[in-house]
Amino acid sequence: MKLSRRSFLKLSGMTVTAAALTGLGFEVRQAAAAPLRTANAQETTTICPYCGVGCGIVCHSVNGKVVNCEGDPDHPINLGSLCSKGSALYQLTSSNERRLSKVKYRAPGSDRWEEKTWDWAITEIAKRIQRTRDDSFVTTDASGVTVNRAEALACMGGAALDNEECYAYSKFARALGVVWLDHQARI
Amino acid sequence: MAKAILVDTTKCTACRACQVACKQWNQLPATVTGFGGTYENPPDFRGSYTRVLFSESVKDGEVRWNFAKTQCMHCTDAACAMVCPTGAIRKSEFGTTVIDAAKCIGCNYCIANCTFGVIYFDRALNRARKCDMCYDRMSNGKTPACAKACLTGCLQFGERSEILAKAQAAVAAAKNRGLAGAQVYGQTEVGGLGWIYVLKDAPAAYRLPAAPEPPVTARFWQALFQPARIVAGLAILFGLWSNRKHSADLAPAPEGTATGAGRAISAGK
Amino acid sequence: MTNHWVDLRNTDCALILGANAAENHPMSFKWLLRARETRGAKIISVDPRFTRTSAVSDLYAPLRPGTDIAFVGGMINYALENRLYHEEYVREYTNASYIISSAYSYEDGLFSGYDAAKRAYDKNQWAYEMDAAGIPRRDKTLSNPRCVFQLLKKHFARYDAETVSSITGCPKDKFLAVASAFGTTGAVDKAGTILYAMGTTQHTVGTQNVRAFAVLQLLLGNIGRPGGGIQAMRGESNVQGSTDAALLFHLLPGYLKVPASDMPDLATYLDKTTPKTADPDSVNYWKNTPKFTVSLLKAWFGEAATAENEFGYQWLPKVHAGRNHSHIAIFEAMYEGQIKGLILMGQNPAVGGPNANKERKALARLDWMVAVDIFETDTSVFWKGPGVDPKTIQTEVFLLPAAASTEKEGSVSNSARWMQWRYVAAPPPGEAKPDLDIIDMLYKKVKGLYAGSTDPKDQGLLSLTWDYGSHPDPHRVAKEMNGYDLVTGKLLVNFTKLMDDGATSCGNWVYSGCYTGDGNMSARRDASDPSGLGITPKWAWAWPVNRRTVYNRCSADPKGQPWDPERAPFRWDAATGAWVSFDVPDFVATVPPEKSAASPFIMRVEGVGCLFSRELNEGPFPEHYEPWETPVANGMSSQNINPAVKFWGEADNAKGDKAQYPLIGTTYRVTEHWQAGSMTRNCPWLAEAMPEMFVELSPQLAQQKGISSGETVKVVGARGEVLAKACVTSRFAPFNVEGQTCHVIGLPWHFGYNGYVTGGPDKKRSYAANQLTAHIGDANTTIPEYKVFLCDLRKVT
Repeated sequence: MKLSRRSFLKLSGMTVTAAALTGLGFEVRQAAAAPLRTANAQETTTICPYCGVGCGIVCHSVNGKVVNCEGDPDHPINLGSLCSKGSALYQLTSSNERRLSKVKYRAPGSDRWEEKTWDWAITEIAKRIQRTRDDSFVTTDASGVTVNRAEALACMGGAALDNEECYAYSKFARALGVVWLDHQARI
Repeated sequence: MAKAILVDTTKCTACRACQVACKQWNQLPATVTGFGGTYENPPDFRGSYTRVLFSESVKDGEVRWNFAKTQCMHCTDAACAMVCPTGAIRKSEFGTTVIDAAKCIGCNYCIANCTFGVIYFDRALNRARKCDMCYDRMSNGKTPACAKACLTGCLQFGERSEILAKAQAAVAAAKNRGLAGAQVYGQTEVGGLGWIYVLKDAPAAYRLPAAPEPPVTARFWQALFQPARIVAGLAILFGLWSNRKHSADLAPAPEGTATGAGRAISAGK
Repeated sequence: MTNHWVDLRNTDCALILGANAAENHPMSFKWLLRARETRGAKIISVDPRFTRTSAVSDLYAPLRPGTDIAFVGGMINYALENRLYHEEYVREYTNASYIISSAYSYEDGLFSGYDAAKRAYDKNQWAYEMDAAGIPRRDKTLSNPRCVFQLLKKHFARYDAETVSSITGCPKDKFLAVASAFGTTGAVDKAGTILYAMGTTQHTVGTQNVRAFAVLQLLLGNIGRPGGGIQAMRGESNVQGSTDAALLFHLLPGYLKVPASDMPDLATYLDKTTPKTADPDSVNYWKNTPKFTVSLLKAWFGEAATAENEFGYQWLPKVHAGRNHSHIAIFEAMYEGQIKGLILMGQNPAVGGPNANKERKALARLDWMVAVDIFETDTSVFWKGPGVDPKTIQTEVFLLPAAASTEKEGSVSNSARWMQWRYVAAPPPGEAKPDLDIIDMLYKKVKGLYAGSTDPKDQGLLSLTWDYGSHPDPHRVAKEMNGYDLVTGKLLVNFTKLMDDGATSCGNWVYSGCYTGDGNMSARRDASDPSGLGITPKWAWAWPVNRRTVYNRCSADPKGQPWDPERAPFRWDAATGAWVSFDVPDFVATVPPEKSAASPFIMRVEGVGCLFSRELNEGPFPEHYEPWETPVANGMSSQNINPAVKFWGEADNAKGDKAQYPLIGTTYRVTEHWQAGSMTRNCPWLAEAMPEMFVELSPQLAQQKGISSGETVKVVGARGEVLAKACVTSRFAPFNVEGQTCHVIGLPWHFGYNGYVTGGPDKKRSYAANQLTAHIGDANTTIPEYKVFLCDLRKVT
């Protein structure tokens, strides 16, 4: 018997006059093409930021905001399909309130962030890079070999950075004399 | 013109692209969930149009882990459409079952009578909601979001006759590979489903109902209401009043704004 | 990857070992299932537990974590004993025929040349026997008892099925089913592929795990073939690119060695890093190291780099020869107070680092830290993390908001070495900026602080080229990576034009050809596939020189005829005296096929694939050793742990013993989350699907402990503990190892303590699985042994 107790209660609570209005037969619905929320959106292509397959994704944007992300049907690896992570790309965009949008600073001993400007942060960070580098720099080692190492400075990250970013980062780090250099590829 | 989607579970890796793509396309908020003992989440249809079931068992010393995407089955004999008092639920030109939001009065009859228990009540919008097989995409010549996202080709969208043929071929191929229990599900069930499954094993091995049928109540109300069209207008008004009273009797909704019955497709392991 | 993703559809048999491809590289299964459908390919899953990969595979075999060499060694032995190897390929394309010097030997877990005090080998003991001309002596009949082939057979004869089963805990019949199924790909016209990831690499023997694959695939003749090869499935969208760009202590971009203190000048550096061979048949493409190096120096220092000043070589830092500056070493030095400042661009070690508790402590010893991220990561708030009183932490932290992948233009390189360009969909939120902009601002500000300095230590920084525009343009950076002819000012067509005299610049020689006079090759979108093999040569651009499958000379026999005419990217047409090619040749195509057949591995100094390798730290052949923390003694020898592995400080890095911690723990990932979770745990749709930390255990262990699914339990180890929801599942079964029962439990490592979901309800806890892992790593790469540790599981009362 398919009738559950809950259904029975509903049945008894119902009145005869709660009748169907128009047909309970299966009339065909009007065939008006429903509007797509991606209509009139700008389309751009990207590559998924997650695993190393490199699936193609098409982003639809309206007024400077991404409204939809789907697989790129032209991409030979994924042919328009994606996994759950790529399918959720929309939630990585600025629609996600948790996205960082301001520069923050935490002072020694503090239990909170303070908002700062880019100018302030870049200046302060640069001063610390200079200080740490100068304080720990080893120009020649015990054998007299020129080694030019900034021994108290470390650079880490990032396997999700673009090639051009990784290249610039690698170049900058070495130019500073950094030897403590590593990232996700190692681990 | 009837469309269908193949669900070839011999290819499903339970990656959940379908689950997420559905949320993404329909902009459905995520529900808050917890780990219930298996990978299956969310645990029911409240707030979701689709969810992948994970069914684990041991057969002849071998582990079986069966995955099945579940959602509105777009039944030919749609119980929801049978009971809808306002005619908000209709069959589209594609053979899919669609709820017209403008006509839904939130009476919950469809939810109570759904053969598969896949409709939920959105409290904030005061209407019943479920998968509509991306009617908007389909009517613009596009593939439903889940089928498009599916990366193994488990989900394939097409003409129903084509999909049935693919399903039969997939069953034959599966049997060839030693999956003796492979079978089609959805060809004739409930008059024929809009989703044609290729199962490796009996439906129970996927926690799908073996012989699904619309509840007796649905057929009763269909028989009752069909001749009564003439009192349509009055019935709406009375129905609205009755609904308000009736809804108050329903069990309080848990966290969130969605309620719904999860009957035939069971939650849990 | 030697091949590429779409190529998986060409395989006859895919062995997924040390990876869970369906979950962590899901798109791989589009093509593996295509191979099954169209070619009847078999898919094999070997894993400590039955995963979503196993659920769609044809064959599953369980494997105790850390016993991959025993398993694969057994497959090698099986292929040798049953003569499944591809004999002509082995004879012609590998060093199977090379005679090994009498100095080499192996005995009870140790190869010759071991210094126990140093925990290191003298690799000169593993030399080839040379003839008078300095060319390795060979026996092409492969019968000389000192030839590599015979030594290989002897070494792996010890990996018989019973022994393998005893060590791995894999039932003998299942092991044999895998060995025989995959062994069929040794047939001349068959091709098998191996897919691996962190399950293979994250061990103290990780590198040798990969070596074992190399040996097996060379024996079966699978390297360089469509549907064959070895696929390292890289985990991040641009970890391939970041590796190529050498954000690694031991390299410079393009896999050049980092200068070291035993290379005081450029000439010595070039001498030590340029391989030499007397063998005229060996192409030895690394002989061009001087061209790559000088061109890099010209790219970095421009006109300031001249022949007179060694092209600026002295401006680069030199690591102390032999010193390890890897991730573990960095956090050890940080813990000791040696490192004062850290720049962290898009990385979350408080969750993703081994011995996460120690690493969080280490961060607290920094003077300052800069984190650049798109979400607030667990690491960025380490100063108020679980168990931390912010008042006791003096570290200054700068958190800079970064643009996401859809908010900046640039390229990423996938696992298959495809460099793919991507575009801006919408601007970043608020004041977030692309990482390139941030690096640019920092560089310019720091340079400004040193302006006018005459101190020699600052000259490199001041001489650095930085021609990217007032607002950095990624196209200009990509062009610098490609390289220029400095005489004409034109972009180079590829690295064959590089010079060692300063006439060319090239930031990364393997990328040369990516952005030429014809434009941005990585932005191409023509997906046509002329060969029908799924090679799409005009889609994006692959390094090197758009070669899609490397070692591809091996796809045809020495006469140039494809081993399988149906999968033939190359065929020598004797009538025209030229190759019919569908991919870029990885061999000299302008000489007769017999000649190029002598050097099918152009990047190896031998010119051939190495069954016997003289380079790795623990030996020329892979040998099974137990993990650092293990409940059993080594069944293969009396050397329990890898003899060349380095041990790190014991402070906050205690080693657990089996009496206290009898269970074997392992870590892994799930499809719905990614790495240390700072992105996916902030995506509600993904958190909905996988909301909480869990631990998987077998029903037998659950019964023993009285644990049911969904219950909260505590997993404890020598270095930390973590709470998790129990997932009791038959997908884990107890292992019978050397006569004892070993239980294995598994934990996903995505969860932490900050974000939309953290992994559990308690805000004062970290749900990071890496609280259990240790500072111990591979003997060559120091990749942490995340995959095996000892632990126990307790009910939470």
